[in-house]
Amino acid sequence: MDWSPADLGIPGTVLQVVRAPHPVLATGGAEVDPADPAVIELAADLVATMRVSPGCVGLAAPQVGVAADVFALDVTGHPKTRTGHGTLVLCNARVLEATRKEKAREGCMSVPDLTGDVKRATRIVVSGVLPGTTEAVTVETDGFEARALQHEIDHCAGLLFLDRVAGAHAVFPRKVYL
Amino acid sequence: MTHLAVTVIGPDRPGIIADVTRALAGAGVNLEDSTMTLLRGHFAMMLICSGPSLDEVDRAIAPLGGELVVTVREVGPDQPAAALGPSYLLSVHGADRPGIVSAITTVVAAAGGNITDLSTRLSGSLYVLTAEVDLPRTVDIDDLRTALDATADHLGVDATLHPAETDEL
Repeated sequence: MDWSPADLGIPGTVLQVVRAPHPVLATGGAEVDPADPAVIELAADLVATMRVSPGCVGLAAPQVGVAADVFALDVTGHPKTRTGHGTLVLCNARVLEATRKEKAREGCMSVPDLTGDVKRATRIVVSGVLPGTTEAVTVETDGFEARALQHEIDHCAGLLFLDRVAGAHAVFPRKVYL
Repeated sequence: MTHLAVTVIGPDRPGIIADVTRALAGAGVNLEDSTMTLLRGHFAMMLICSGPSLDEVDRAIAPLGGELVVTVREVGPDQPAAALGPSYLLSVHGADRPGIVSAITTVVAAAGGNITDLSTRLSGSLYVLTAEVDLPRTVDIDDLRTALDATADHLGVDATLHPAETDEL
């Protein structure tokens, strides 16, 4: 995909990441106009915030307090990444196809003290619109990027990994290492 | 604010959790961490709560006595323990016999591992153990697997240990 955050043409501002039980995290993000300058600014802010957050591979608008259907993603360099599409920002993204579910344990910056086992498809096709453009793009991916995409699309629908845990015994306190 | 440990066990029926938690809420008790599960027809609850004095809570839960065995005692404040190192999932299964849990957990303890969660199920003659284990960073995983395999062989069961990694998203 021939796109980079530089195409947004503006530097982003680092925003504060909100934590559950903040109500915006349970609010579905409203569909956006990808060409709206405010959406382009939000996209740049999401990328900037993702970049400064250690270990962060994705950030959705509700996580910075904005109920909008936009997220940033970049799994480049993550040891679990197989297929990767570099830095992506997608507006109004939808999962078109999802197959081969596998369970894995997820953590989230907005739920910092818990982790949970979640079953997600390992092969997906997603469509969405890059900010500043009008045409929908299709992203076909697998493995870790597929999981990360589904996690962010969930955020935009007002869902946390806590809404998808694989059983009554599938939420864990996060380990704290001294 | 008093921290309390509440345990409840009794023959399963619909409404045990509702009855117990209604009594606790009525006494101003706030539930914190808990686990509640069905064990071979007995419903078991373990809760750490904060609330009023032990006496008040004792009075509130007294009417639940009878079919349910309820205990309440005061515990100290939260003591968040630092994890030793990476977490692993331990699975053991095989023909039931006395001593499986004891032998397996002895191997884990000898390696300095800390079990943070463990459950077992007996289904016919099949015995299944699953556990979450924090291991010190200094543990040689291959050595531990070898020790677990040796103990499992002796017991006639299979044991597997695999990393419980978290995907940060």
